[in-house]
Amino acid sequence: MSPLTKTKKVKVDIKSETSTTKNNEVVYDTKDLNLWYGETHALKDVNLSIHEKEVTAIIGPSGCGKSTYIKTLNRMVELVPSVRTTGVITYKGKNILDKSLKVEDLRTHVGMVFQKPNPFPKSIYENIAYGPKIHGIRNKKVLDEIVEKSLRGASIWDEVKDRLNENAYGLSGGQQQRLCIARCLAIEPNVILMDEPTSALDPKSTLRIEELVQELKKEYSIIIVTHNMQQAARISDKTAFFLNGEVVEYDDTNNIFTNPEDSRTEDYISGRFG
Amino acid sequence: MKYIDDIKVQKRMNSRVLKNDIVKQLFLAATLFGLVVLAVLLIRVITEGAAWIDWNFLTGKLSTAAERAGIMGAILGTSWLMLIVVPVTLFIGVGTAIYLELYAKKGKFQSFIATNISNLAGVPSIVYGLLGLTIFVRAMDFGNVVMAGGLTLSLLVLPIVIVAAQEAIRAVPQHLSEASYGMGATKWQTVKNIVLPAALPGILTGSILALSRAIGETAPLTVLGIPALLIPFPEGLFDTFTALPMQIYYWTLDSSLVEEYAYLAAATIIVLLVLLFLLNSIAIFIRNKFQQRY
Amino acid sequence: MNKKNAVNVREMIAEKKKKRNFSNLTEKMIPTILIIIASISILTTVGIIYTLLAESIEFFRRVPIWEFFTGTVLKPLSQTPEFGVLPLIMGTVISSIIAMLVAGPIGLMSAIYLSEYASDKVRRTIKPLLEILAGIPTIVYGFFAFTFVTPLIRSVFPEVGATNILSPGIVMGVMIIPMIASLSEDAMNSVPNAMREGALALGATKLETTFRVVIPAALSGIISSFVLGISRAIGETMIVTIASGSSKNFTFDITQSMQTMTAYIVEVSGGDAPAGSTIYYSLYAVALTLFVFTLIMNLLARYISRRFREEY
Repeated sequence: MSPLTKTKKVKVDIKSETSTTKNNEVVYDTKDLNLWYGETHALKDVNLSIHEKEVTAIIGPSGCGKSTYIKTLNRMVELVPSVRTTGVITYKGKNILDKSLKVEDLRTHVGMVFQKPNPFPKSIYENIAYGPKIHGIRNKKVLDEIVEKSLRGASIWDEVKDRLNENAYGLSGGQQQRLCIARCLAIEPNVILMDEPTSALDPKSTLRIEELVQELKKEYSIIIVTHNMQQAARISDKTAFFLNGEVVEYDDTNNIFTNPEDSRTEDYISGRFG
Repeated sequence: MKYIDDIKVQKRMNSRVLKNDIVKQLFLAATLFGLVVLAVLLIRVITEGAAWIDWNFLTGKLSTAAERAGIMGAILGTSWLMLIVVPVTLFIGVGTAIYLELYAKKGKFQSFIATNISNLAGVPSIVYGLLGLTIFVRAMDFGNVVMAGGLTLSLLVLPIVIVAAQEAIRAVPQHLSEASYGMGATKWQTVKNIVLPAALPGILTGSILALSRAIGETAPLTVLGIPALLIPFPEGLFDTFTALPMQIYYWTLDSSLVEEYAYLAAATIIVLLVLLFLLNSIAIFIRNKFQQRY
Repeated sequence: MNKKNAVNVREMIAEKKKKRNFSNLTEKMIPTILIIIASISILTTVGIIYTLLAESIEFFRRVPIWEFFTGTVLKPLSQTPEFGVLPLIMGTVISSIIAMLVAGPIGLMSAIYLSEYASDKVRRTIKPLLEILAGIPTIVYGFFAFTFVTPLIRSVFPEVGATNILSPGIVMGVMIIPMIASLSEDAMNSVPNAMREGALALGATKLETTFRVVIPAALSGIISSFVLGISRAIGETMIVTIASGSSKNFTFDITQSMQTMTAYIVEVSGGDAPAGSTIYYSLYAVALTLFVFTLIMNLLARYISRRFREEY
């Protein structure tokens, strides 16, 4: 049960060149991605293929570029001035680093959940309706339906259905984070990016989010950054290990945690640094 | 061999500690000095003016006869001024703040505007009066009407509103706008739907404080040639008017001729101070009530 | 999650997007609109400088600039008018000196008390009260100077005039106290506690710590608060206009009426100076002088607080 038992691994010496699970279709394909913050080279020659309707975990010590990478996938990284990128990331075949691409379009297809729950200082209802509204949906009936569906989708409906008009800040931290997930579901994205979504939550709330992720993966592709290796082991199908801006290893989660190829991966998951 | 003579140190210690205690009382007295003057000022104004405030005084027309004089005209004039100052400063102030905080690239132009604003904040109010006289009263030929006065006062307090709005916008946490961008919202949608509503309490507080500065201002109005004569009540933006501080000014000056005018001035000061007190209470109320904790 | 639900958000969004040309246009216009709005503050500065310069130049065509800045006689309404600005500068300087003699020490002592001695509770009571003092309109101070402080002074020193520069100078000082107290206190508050503790641990009293450690460390902030106070005094209008009268005396006698630059502007613009007359243009020359005075002070204050800011 505990992933730690898995990491105290049985040394199996089979090279896992060929992954065992059948791959779904590729949704994100990253080729030779390099990224600089001013002079700092934050991502170095990243190559990754992320598959549909799977949970892909990105792990690594802090400052390794994992958050930067995930924010590049919806180009939120550009909110920092002086960011420069080279290389290609295709989303469903289109290069999203192309300057002619409208980031707003990309972001309606790719939802994001942040490290700290960040509901808007508005009512629960308005939080969920925000996305549809900015995209022009004003019909009250439609909005009602979207709100209910999204809240159900994030399994928080039963907790909040009687107080939809109350301020979202009245919710607990874990509820706020599920509200943020629901907010993200409201525009029916294909991909959900999660940037350490449980790092600010207590263990119980964390567990609920993890269960939710398992549920959501049936319909959405999920990419989750986490500093919590057990979490990656519990919920993800594939895991990428980042170190100093490079992808050290990317494989089926099982392989990464039981039989890492690279000694640095092994050192990290066995807790020798981090 | 000891370098420090304990007995000497002990002797000096007493006087040092004593000095500390005495000076502390002196500092306390200095701090209280300002407050004592404030108290004397308020008591003085109230004892001189309170008896003169009645319904006729508040609603009556100006008169040279002290016992019949009323300040309705000045109250209306000040209200009309507020009617201009609030929307004009909010629009320009918030617009400038949004530009500086959210749109402008960090660079020469942005820091030029910022420096310029802090310089404007230090320009004496009477100079704004001359600007208003030259531009609004003469060049645009408004005359000494509400519009000219209102615009002049707006320019005067604009730096206050800009700085307050900048601070309020800066206080909106970055993660809120990130959430909005993450939903595919455009920049303006994010500004309009997320940043501005969250910054609104701070903006309003600052703008009310600026307003209370504006309605107490006298110097620019004297330059514009705002009269305190027997003029009809202002009914629109292009009517001549007088304002509460102008009324206080003329009555104070003329108190050397007619003693009762000093009491009328004091009574008008009470009205002005009550108005300022109300405005500040509203500002504090907004700040406490609507300040969101994230 | 019943997807067979009638609502298909994705399709709806795609459909709405076609109609969003309008909002795209807004999105592109907004930065331009904001730049225009932000430029109004620049226009204001340009407006001030242009007005003052243009009209002053006309004035200096009629009155030689040398005569203006060295003349000790100001008689604008006389048959043979003379336009020497020195009496006004004298009035301005003297009233500012008096104000700073009041506000400097008292403001600084208040700052020391609030920052170093007062308990949190006392500080939180006194600071808002000082803010009230700062929020009182200057016209009210003018009334106070004229109807209370002047008679008070005259009851002790009968030789003092009914209008004099002393009383408004003192009252202006009171007005500036909160400003100096609050800015100096900010400067002293930003001195790290570790520095105080270092001195206190050696057995220094609070007083010694304050004068040997805190004040030297906060000196740039304190000086710049003084300079801003001076600038405020120079630009102050109503108190001196009301309480100091309009005698254009070139004198050091603080018991007598003196006119400041600001009060001159009020007198001339409020009186009937016909546009185009020399006296009308003299307004702008005086205002320009005043503007330059305060600008220098403000720039100086900013320079001091930036240049000599200690980095901890």
